[in-house]
Amino acid sequence: MAVAVQGMGHSVKRKEDPRFLRGKGNYVDDLKLPGMLYMDILRSPYAHANIKGIDASRALAMPGVLAVVTGKDLDAAGLAWMPTLMSDKQMVLPVDRVVYQAQEVAAVIATERYIAADAITQIDVDYEPLTPVVDPIRALDPSSPLVRPDRENKTNHIWHWEAGDKEATDRLFEQAAVVAKEDIYIPRIHVCSIETCGCVASFDRINGKLTIWMTTQAPHAIRTVFSLVSGIPEHKIRVISPDIGGGFGGKVPVYPGYVIATVASLQTGRPVKWIEDRSENLQADSFARDYHITAELAADADGTMKALRVKTVADHGAFDAAANPSKFPAGLFSICTGSYDMQAAHVEVDGVYTNKPPGGVAYRCSFRVTEAVHAVERMVDSLALKLEMDPAELRLKNFIPPEKFPYKSATGWEYDSGNYPAALHKAMERIGYQDLRREQAEKRARGELMGIGISTFTEIVGAGPSHTFDILGIKMFDSCEIRIHPTGSAIVRIGVQTQGQGHETTFAQIAAEELGLPVANITVEHGDTDTAPYGLGTYASRSTPTAGAATAIAARKIREKGKLLAAHLLEASPDDVEWVDHQFQVKGDPSRAKTMADIAFAAYTNHPQGMEAGLEAVDYYDPPNLTFPFGAYICVVDIDRGTGEVKIRRFLAVDDCGNIINPMIVEGQIHGGLTMGMAPALLEEITYDEAGNIRQGTFMDYLLPTAMETPAWETDKTCTPSPHHPFGAKGVGESATVGAPPAIANAVVDALSHLGVTHMDIPIKPWMVYKVLEEHGLAQP
Amino acid sequence: MIPSAFDYAAPQSLSEAISLLQGNAGQAKVLAGGQSLIPLLKFRLAGPELLVDLRKVPALDHLEERDGHLAIGAMVRESALEHSALIASRYPALLDTSSVVADPLVRNYATVGGNVAHADPANDHPATMLALRATAIANGPNGQRTISIDDFLVDTFETALAPDEVLMELRVPRPAAHSGSAYVKLERKVGDYAIIGVAAQVTLDGEVCAQAGLGLTNAAPRALRPREAETFLVGKRLDEESIRHAAELAASAADPVSDLRGPADYKRAMVRTLTTRALRLAAQRARQA
Ligand SMILES: Cc1cc2nc3c(=O)[nH]c(=O)nc-3n(C[C@H](O)[C@H](O)[C@H](O)COP(=O)(O)OP(=O)(O)OC[C@H]3O[C@@H](n4cnc5c(N)ncnc54)[C@H](O)[C@@H]3O)c2cc1C
Repeated sequence: MAVAVQGMGHSVKRKEDPRFLRGKGNYVDDLKLPGMLYMDILRSPYAHANIKGIDASRALAMPGVLAVVTGKDLDAAGLAWMPTLMSDKQMVLPVDRVVYQAQEVAAVIATERYIAADAITQIDVDYEPLTPVVDPIRALDPSSPLVRPDRENKTNHIWHWEAGDKEATDRLFEQAAVVAKEDIYIPRIHVCSIETCGCVASFDRINGKLTIWMTTQAPHAIRTVFSLVSGIPEHKIRVISPDIGGGFGGKVPVYPGYVIATVASLQTGRPVKWIEDRSENLQADSFARDYHITAELAADADGTMKALRVKTVADHGAFDAAANPSKFPAGLFSICTGSYDMQAAHVEVDGVYTNKPPGGVAYRCSFRVTEAVHAVERMVDSLALKLEMDPAELRLKNFIPPEKFPYKSATGWEYDSGNYPAALHKAMERIGYQDLRREQAEKRARGELMGIGISTFTEIVGAGPSHTFDILGIKMFDSCEIRIHPTGSAIVRIGVQTQGQGHETTFAQIAAEELGLPVANITVEHGDTDTAPYGLGTYASRSTPTAGAATAIAARKIREKGKLLAAHLLEASPDDVEWVDHQFQVKGDPSRAKTMADIAFAAYTNHPQGMEAGLEAVDYYDPPNLTFPFGAYICVVDIDRGTGEVKIRRFLAVDDCGNIINPMIVEGQIHGGLTMGMAPALLEEITYDEAGNIRQGTFMDYLLPTAMETPAWETDKTCTPSPHHPFGAKGVGESATVGAPPAIANAVVDALSHLGVTHMDIPIKPWMVYKVLEEHGLAQP
Repeated sequence: MIPSAFDYAAPQSLSEAISLLQGNAGQAKVLAGGQSLIPLLKFRLAGPELLVDLRKVPALDHLEERDGHLAIGAMVRESALEHSALIASRYPALLDTSSVVADPLVRNYATVGGNVAHADPANDHPATMLALRATAIANGPNGQRTISIDDFLVDTFETALAPDEVLMELRVPRPAAHSGSAYVKLERKVGDYAIIGVAAQVTLDGEVCAQAGLGLTNAAPRALRPREAETFLVGKRLDEESIRHAAELAASAADPVSDLRGPADYKRAMVRTLTTRALRLAAQRARQA
């Protein structure tokens, strides 16, 4: 009888949920160690200022205050600056100047959290305000003040990056019958994970070992960097990433707080806890997006797309501290030709320093894929308006045809697989696209406003192949180690790190499927550098494409050995043994079969002479290519003519992420991603005033959506497996965040397009819409 | 997010509360639901030395009709208002208001008294109290006094209460026959303070408006009564035309500022839209009453 493994394709309930639902999660801030000290950080009120002096005497005089750490103290130890993952360097604490508001200025170490919080108010800092650089375009003007005089190049320009064929693109533009062009700004936004960042650094003076519990998505890479920077041998550093309350890319970078707490522990020999509060997290931790894009799309008069040209200024704040693969300072932005077959494309990005906190983290969007998708999906609609063509028709006309996969894109990517028309047709049928268009026409005649927006996006995830992808030189493989216990249960250790994605469940399912063991008998462990195999961590939808593949392959290695054990037990030749229905059987004779549990027991009790005992395997998986999930989203909005409010009436997401491990978890990822995609389309943005003060520094003004703002998402799927992934999966964690914003923006523009509107920057706020209505006499209470 | 140190007292009686306030002149603050005060403490924007918590002071959480008016004890929680059959049946504007203040979690703590005593022009209840012509009952070292809501709300974060006075109750006149009321609020998301909010109450004599009350949230440095609009409506047939004209008058009375909730001219336009909608709804309810 076949074993009930609940492997691929089962909506297994999440193994991690019981402890979360019962409040038994174990987050960094839950940790209490004997003798633990607390750290709080004083932050800069100015965006740009010289520090003339820091007087900490009043703070140091407070009972319970052990130390006040400043940049000068760190400088003495050579630690005032640290490398970023983008090969820039970043201040840990400033020695003589601050370069953004809320930047760390000094840290207090005290016996109690409350004392530390009081003490930071007693530090006197003598600031001399400087002119802040706020606008990234003006920052490029040679007369602009410098954000980073520490650099050799005396300019705010960080780097120039381009992809594609400029000449071919320009030529096609010259010949094009129609060119659509838009300036598209994608706002600065923040990941706002529910758990803020923090750590407990604990240096044991007896054995010389430094243990850091840290809110990180990439514990192994962090350990390596800490070892290189501090000189502490890597085996004497242990980074533990316990339960993480959401990461979304914001927990990949190294924040100064981690380093200061570590230095404080090294110096005091006591554990030091640092936990950010909400405002610190929202005001100072790395931001995402902030792309000033000019995009042009060229086409023939019949709507055949020819070429795409994109120029972008990327505001990186004061430090280039994102976590892009090192050859990709603008991430995978060159995926911006999207789902369309074009002859040529040319993309340019210029990174710029401003007096703002570091920008550019990949907020649930692989690397800059949200920016790319927003640009191309907006441009397709803009082109459709120019051509007076239905945007669905224009898309169907220009999709990369299914038979052209694997497809080499104009910017050099090789798309693994796709069937874009199938997804869009499915979405159009299910939502009743033609009926909606009829309804819209009738409403327009009455002065009522509704809009239909489409986004047919292509993602690029699963970084990545070692020939192209590394972070600080570390190749972007990922890993899995499986050990099967004698009685038929197993432990799976992986190099990636869950922050809510459900790895404890899905990786158990992958192993269960491949090993024929029940999912309940498999424990998944990760996040502890002393026990888990080395890996680059979880972000960019890479876990399933990389460590997921490693898990399958490690399991298959075990099966190879299992086959020999089965042959031994079944007294058959290994060539006569096959793996059918999750067990080994003698070819053609299901009555002679052994389960993996039988095999495991034999591996420890009855293995053939000459064979190694035990049953375990490791795999470090280097993906041959990236994977390219895609989807077709359709959004229907109604507009309140009295207020300009946009109401999402329906939103249908048809996703294709290849073969699915756990449909329930995929659906959950899509629901969450859609809400996170709606957020910047209608609500969230971070802006600064002319003095460089953040305007949305609390949740009062940073409009994080709740269940109340979330429409009833409708989801569906098509399935186009990845041809190169061991079990055909593609990754899905970010598809919805990437695909949703243009669907919503397109719907709003569509509602107003007959009034001459071709583009609106996101987030689209009620007053922006109302202004259009008023100008056209359509406002009505 | 950690407040500076403060003392805390939870007196058992009103007289004890008042003497604590009196004895710490200017340094003590009344604590009700804490949903406005505690955030101020956490941001260290306020640093009172003593919090005098009213939760143990008796007779501050009544919600009932007495002598021709509705008496709302200062410590009545928003959620109590939201779930009261009496409020639902006779004071629809109060129900509208309490169900759009903040979010359900906040409403379990936040009090109606605190909402009015905080005198934030962005708070929702002050406008409703203006439209309903409420009065406030205060008690202090010199005894009890009655203050009309128009006099109670002085300026942004400023009321007529002395630092050692406690707001005891809000009194809302029982609406006459054929009355209807409503509160409509435009917000960026649930839990947000109003971009603009408008409260309206009308009493009908046939189709003619016999009485009108209006109040605006976040349209001026304090909750605002657009008097000209009220006066205009009295004696008029309550039709679309008069409603629109009243809304126009309300919009010109408004004095909003540009901020993240929108430019001033948008907000003024929203006074127009929401006044129209509040009056339509109030009139419809009056006709059904
Ligand atoms: C997330 C969030 C969203 C919110 N959104 C809204 C919203 O949309 N609309 C809205 O109107 N409000 C909103 N609020 C504010 C909330 O309704 C407040 O609770 C309310 O304004 C004050 O009521 P409280 O009982 O919490 O008062 P407290 O915070 O305890 O006190 C507020 C002030 O009033 C004084 N005070 C309170 N009671 C008395 C009394 N009996 N006598 C004398 N002085 C007194 C206090 O000393 C203090 O100065 C929000 C709050 C939060 C946290």
